[in-house]
Amino acid sequence: MSSRPLSPHLQIYRPQLTSILSITHRTTGIFLSAGILALTYWLISVAAGESTHATARAWLGSLPGQLLLIGWSFSFYFHLCNGIRHLFWDVGMGFELKTVYASGYTVVVASVVMTALTWSYVLSQGSVQ
Amino acid sequence: MSLESDLARVRGLGSAKDGTHSFWHQRITAIALIPLSVWFVAGILCIVDASHADTVAWIKAPHVTVLFIALIIALFYHVKIGLQEVIEDYLHCEWFKLATRICLNLAIAMCGLIAIVAILKISLEAI
Repeated sequence: MSSRPLSPHLQIYRPQLTSILSITHRTTGIFLSAGILALTYWLISVAAGESTHATARAWLGSLPGQLLLIGWSFSFYFHLCNGIRHLFWDVGMGFELKTVYASGYTVVVASVVMTALTWSYVLSQGSVQ
Repeated sequence: MSLESDLARVRGLGSAKDGTHSFWHQRITAIALIPLSVWFVAGILCIVDASHADTVAWIKAPHVTVLFIALIIALFYHVKIGLQEVIEDYLHCEWFKLATRICLNLAIAMCGLIAIVAILKISLEAI
């Protein structure tokens, strides 16, 4: 170890909404990136014909497939809402501490509610693609 | 020593010529993806229980074909910039960073090409 001074380690900070949402934005982004593989696979299956499409549907309808889709839907809504929050920051709006927390809580509630609404709709439709 | 101001350099006028381009393109694709991704999720929810024929018919509609390809381009480019940012932040070994970037960029480009060709095949194929 060198004797150079170290900045305080991340672990000693009490987790705050702002830092949690920041890292969640990145995590959901990475997770959603993996979703482009599923999207491409689904498109190939539809292009290839009815039987491959049925295989893809069966896979996406299985328990691991459903868990992934639930994760991707929540990640999508979160990344969308928090991304809009970031765009407002980019033009210099919403930087007051109170506003930052209010928009942060709004993002959390909105993404949870939209995920719940999406899946209550999907489950009301019967089988799932 | 350069007589250029830091601002001029970071605006993309330095030797690399692309100072803030990925920052800017990330925002442009983000803005494009707000309507495109919401349209896509709404569309997918509408065909969530549809047969193969109905799914094909949905993609075949000209406006769906166009929006779907636009979504693929904006989304895959956004993914490319985002993952590159993560790599630049967390990978510190130069050759490994470069190798990962090259592999990811090629994989994302290839994946996007496959997705677009699949959409075109569905869209242009006679039923």
